[in-house]
Amino acid sequence: MSEAILAVSGVHTFIGQHHILQGISFEARADAVTVLLGRNGAGKSTTLKTTIGLLPAARGKIVYRGKEIQDCKPYEIAREGIGFIPEHMGIFAGLTVEENMRVAMLSEDADTHRRLERTLDMFADLRKFWRAKAGILSGGQKQMLSIARAIVNKTSLLLIDEPSKGLAPIIVDVLIDAINQIKERSVVILVEQNFYMASSVGDYFFILDDGMVVHSGEMPALIQDEALQSRYLGISKIS
Amino acid sequence: MAESVFRRFSQQITLIGAVVLFVLPLLGIPPTTYLTLTLAGLAMGMLLFLVASGVSIIFGLMDVLNFAHGSLFAWGAYVGFTVFSLLMPWVEADSLALNLAVFLVAMVTAMITVALLGILLERVIVRRVYGNHLFQILITFGATIVLVELIRVFWGPNDEVMRVPLTFRGNWDILDVIVYRYRVICIIIGLLVYGGLLLILKKTKLGTIVRAGVEDRDMVQAMGHNIYLLFTGVFAVGAALAALGGLAMSLFSLQVYPDMGGTYLLFAFIVVIIGGLGSVTGSLVGALIVGLTYNYVAYLVPWAAAGVNILIMIIILLIRPTGLFPAGE
Ligand SMILES: Nc1ncnc2c1ncn2[C@@H]1O[C@H](COP(=O)(O)OP(=O)(O)OP(=O)(O)O)[C@@H](O)[C@H]1O
Ligand SMILES: [Mg+2]
Repeated sequence: MSEAILAVSGVHTFIGQHHILQGISFEARADAVTVLLGRNGAGKSTTLKTTIGLLPAARGKIVYRGKEIQDCKPYEIAREGIGFIPEHMGIFAGLTVEENMRVAMLSEDADTHRRLERTLDMFADLRKFWRAKAGILSGGQKQMLSIARAIVNKTSLLLIDEPSKGLAPIIVDVLIDAINQIKERSVVILVEQNFYMASSVGDYFFILDDGMVVHSGEMPALIQDEALQSRYLGISKIS
Repeated sequence: MAESVFRRFSQQITLIGAVVLFVLPLLGIPPTTYLTLTLAGLAMGMLLFLVASGVSIIFGLMDVLNFAHGSLFAWGAYVGFTVFSLLMPWVEADSLALNLAVFLVAMVTAMITVALLGILLERVIVRRVYGNHLFQILITFGATIVLVELIRVFWGPNDEVMRVPLTFRGNWDILDVIVYRYRVICIIIGLLVYGGLLLILKKTKLGTIVRAGVEDRDMVQAMGHNIYLLFTGVFAVGAALAALGGLAMSLFSLQVYPDMGGTYLLFAFIVVIIGGLGSVTGSLVGALIVGLTYNYVAYLVPWAAAGVNILIMIIILLIRPTGLFPAGE
């Protein structure tokens, strides 16, 4: 078994008075795509936000490449090489696509510019709208921009929160392609409700419910297990 | 229903509003007086802009309501007053070079002193209350009391007369229009500051990060930028602009007094609400609207001058609740 690049153990997170994460534990292996599943409100986004430091972990440990990061600031965690693509994409609507990318680029060195070119080759639309305000982009293009911003830096772990949300199936296929390319260079932790996408890219899964992990295993096993799917994910043959 | 009509026609309504504001006064005011008042309004607007732009960016980026901004404004005026007192011969010299020199020395000293004060304020006080508006209002209000009391301790409780550098005094008479020199200087300062801010915000990476932060602080942090350093920097710049505003205003009104910040802070908040939080252009437009209407109305209906801007603010909030130039549009 290969090293875990990220190990979350017994993490509790509060939002205001609400006890949202109640001792969540999971690991992301360095050679695989880990998918976090669970119904609405299970705590998936909260888990990613706690990992990147935007929400403080009240208890528990988050170890990234052997280093405890649960008390670090978000910008410190990001500079350690963790990229975050939030649920609502976090696009700067009043900035141009170019400016969005500039804010994202933590360095102006040749490597970063090479990655920028490669990213723009992957998402040709971004080149087309390079000087346009990001606010005018379509949902799919915004998602591409959000991913592009994260992979323009040298990251070793990407946290992606429901990239397929509200997108047409054909765009979802584009994103699946993109994530399949990205996972060659960086470990991916993906939060997904779209089981088609989750099963297309995921190797391992963790199912969250009420702020805890209630099931985990290898993706093929979950694809077989319809009972488990309908119990936690609300997926059934009829719908 | 009414709201959607407002929204659909908001540009036309704004245009009509602008015509009403700036052309209608001509019916009641003789043209030459109108032009003089317009210049006065523009000058006052530019000074308000200096204060309001700081309030606006600080609120936009940090979500902090800084009620201490007015006292920073007063501190700027007093530091400038001290420099003027020390270099009085330069103030009274009939030499544009010396007059400009004393103004620049006062300006730089005031801006640096107050920027440092701003950094202290942000680090020691404001940082503790990020995310809590009520505490921000209370604690920055408390800071205001302390800062104003310190002015009384250092400079005494009385009004002091601010002397305008000799060559800045008086006016030109251009085709019967009285053009006060110092007002022209204020307009130039305002335009320079506006241009400088825009240049920094639009053309530099740091400025771009600040604009991104105004839209989404969390995202900027999660992208690896030290938002707290950015906060401190923006607070310092806002404080320095308040200081410049205070100095320039004291030369406009020919006096300094410990409480001078309060009056202008109220105007600044009106400006920021009209212009849209977080937008420098919004602050400029809002400030010019406030400055001009104040001067027109003070001439036409003196008792209504103070209230009219609040009225405009309410009308604009009805049409566009986010102000004229909300960030991110
Ligand atoms: N700001 C907040 N204040 C209070 N409760 C919150 C807040 N944000 C999230 N929650 C609650 O925390 C719980 C977990 O939310 P979270 O966003 O992590 O769920 P999720 O699994 O990502 O759901 P979804 O699939 O809908 O995105 C939910 O019950 C939600 O209501
Ligand atoms: Mg979510």
